[in-house]
Amino acid sequence: MKRIISVLVENKFGVLARVSELFGSRGFNIASLSVGETLDSNLSRITMVVDGDVSIFEEIKKQLNKLINVIKVQDFTNVEHVEREMLLIKVNLSRKTRAELIEIVDIFRAKIIDVGRNSMTVEITGKDNKIQAFIELVKPFGIVEIVRTGKIAIARKKGGE
Amino acid sequence: MKKDKAEKKKLSGAEILIKSLKENGIKVIFGYPGGAVLDVFNHMHDSDLEFYLTRHEQGAVHAADGYARASGKCGVCIATSGPGATNLVTGIATAQMDSIPIIAITGQVATNLIGNEAFQEVDATGISRAITKHNYLVKDVDNLAQVIDEAFYIATTGRPGPVLIDIPKDVQQHKSSITKSKGVNIPGYKPTLMGNLKQIKSAAELIEKAKRPVIYAGGGVITSDASALLRKLAEKINTPVTTTLLGLGSFPETHELSLGMLGMHGTQYANYAIMESDVIIAIGARFDDRVTGKISEFAPHAKIIHIDIDPASVGKNVRVDIPIVGDAKHILKELEKSLKAKKHTDWIKEIDAWKEKFPLIYKKKKDFVSPQYVIECVREVTKGKAIIATEVGQNQMWVAQYYKFDKPRTLLSSGGLGTMGYGFPAAIGAKVARPDMPVFDIAGDGSIQMNIQEMATAVIKNIGVKIIILNNGFLGMVRQWQELFYDKRYAATCLRTGALNPDKARKTKECPEYTPDFVKLAEAYGATGIRVSKNENVKNAIKKALEIDGPVIIDCIIDSEENVFPMVPAGASLSQMMGGMA
Repeated sequence: MKRIISVLVENKFGVLARVSELFGSRGFNIASLSVGETLDSNLSRITMVVDGDVSIFEEIKKQLNKLINVIKVQDFTNVEHVEREMLLIKVNLSRKTRAELIEIVDIFRAKIIDVGRNSMTVEITGKDNKIQAFIELVKPFGIVEIVRTGKIAIARKKGGE
Repeated sequence: MKKDKAEKKKLSGAEILIKSLKENGIKVIFGYPGGAVLDVFNHMHDSDLEFYLTRHEQGAVHAADGYARASGKCGVCIATSGPGATNLVTGIATAQMDSIPIIAITGQVATNLIGNEAFQEVDATGISRAITKHNYLVKDVDNLAQVIDEAFYIATTGRPGPVLIDIPKDVQQHKSSITKSKGVNIPGYKPTLMGNLKQIKSAAELIEKAKRPVIYAGGGVITSDASALLRKLAEKINTPVTTTLLGLGSFPETHELSLGMLGMHGTQYANYAIMESDVIIAIGARFDDRVTGKISEFAPHAKIIHIDIDPASVGKNVRVDIPIVGDAKHILKELEKSLKAKKHTDWIKEIDAWKEKFPLIYKKKKDFVSPQYVIECVREVTKGKAIIATEVGQNQMWVAQYYKFDKPRTLLSSGGLGTMGYGFPAAIGAKVARPDMPVFDIAGDGSIQMNIQEMATAVIKNIGVKIIILNNGFLGMVRQWQELFYDKRYAATCLRTGALNPDKARKTKECPEYTPDFVKLAEAYGATGIRVSKNENVKNAIKKALEIDGPVIIDCIIDSEENVFPMVPAGASLSQMMGGMA
């Protein structure tokens, strides 16, 4: 099962390695990862999507809390939350396909951020399934390249858990 | 002029390091110099620090560990970059597994060379990340004083452990006006000390109802200085106490409530008591696999109360009914207060019957020295007023079984990592910490050779560690497993032939009588060597060794087929113990 976990850490070099090593050394693959500063520039938030056994996951959470540079660990598994990720996608373009592509972009409330003669780059944010649906729809036009951010999440209620 | 004055007040990184170590109460350092720590040694040259030059960095880190275990203070070791740092790795991991506070300082290549595959460069913080409680690479001399104070705080508080500080050569040379930390406040590190009162109350209620309670005490009781409280509690609620290897000494083994050690080579009565208990009070122990045996069959009738300072230890291996996170000292005080005095006459009677039926016993050999007897003699001659370090394997288990530990911090043994070669340098560290106490290293002829070079350290500084080698010409514990579980195929465990097939090798080649001759070896270092091949000479040899001012090796020739019993085979339940008689 895929789980989203958010780790509030001190904004220092080497911290990401400490966090990711706990997963790697226990055979957990990190499906996505995103790191950014928080309101307090001394702190960073690492958001990860990981896949693996529940009991090992619980063990990793305890070990994460034990890391000196980790301030808080938030597990979104059973927490109501909103999540987003962003995709930049470069699609082949021709005079014939142009209108149809723009229409799809509109329907998905995506955004064209760059247009060339033979290709166009679209930015789309949303949940997994929306992004996946968009990719499927534009596949026939020919996808040149995809770049995807890691997933980020925030709890609906104040305070998270 | 003013600028000059400010400049004069600045200190180099090396000076800040030494000043900060002293401010943290450090008087003793074990280590080995090298290119990337020359600046630090240059400043130590004129300092009043007591420095012990070991013959290998691993010796230095184990000595710092032994110093810490014997004294309860933080141990400090120092090594150069590259191979110096990698030679510390085993010792750091040993300390991490057993929760021992040490500070390991490593030199690093200059910051502009880091990542260049420079001469003697390794990523010391990367390598040690998984085996330290925390580590630091100091890239700016302005941070150094702060880092050192944080390192000491982290190493010695909560569940203690090793902290490595990697200091590049240029950082040791750069000057800074920040020569003091601004106090330690780490937002992500606030160990819980006081146990949750509600949980303590629930535990008390459970203990009140218990009919067959057992206390299972670990090294955490010793770390927390809670031995007196443990005894008070056990006596008040009339509950037997078994300990882990690292918990030996936390409760007097001569006490009528003592069950000795539990687990793979524990006493039968300790294991039976655990298996039949209805409430287990675990204190500062982590339900290691060598303790629990087959986990699914461990203590089937028991509710478990687990007191530990490390929340990650609680519930890791076994289901816990009442977890209490905090310092054993605080929690035991509260728990004792909230409990009424009790008597468990029937339960104690049942246990006493087991003690009678399944005692620890051995047959004294005629043609060899009996290792169990040697341990008993050390206890008798010193009246238990000694510090005993062990290596790893049979020697370690015989000590655990036959030396009745009465006092905390008198056993130094690598429990978690099981590091052969730990005992001798650890004994050196212990003797430095406690020159008033006789210090022994009980070794095998295999493990003593893993750090025998420290004989030079001991001789030069006249550190009177007494080494007793239980010499069976084999890697005894591994050979025992081969005998019991691998059809007596002694692949590569015979130290005299060194062969994959010793039986075959002996047919074609005569083995030397000793490899090495430890008596001559001791003499080569300038120490004293005594060989003992009969039980009747053991006591005198120990007495003689104690009379000699300086290190001594007593080489005891034991039967190569000697085994450690009783034993729970790996992966079996604690109720399936093999062999009462060794």
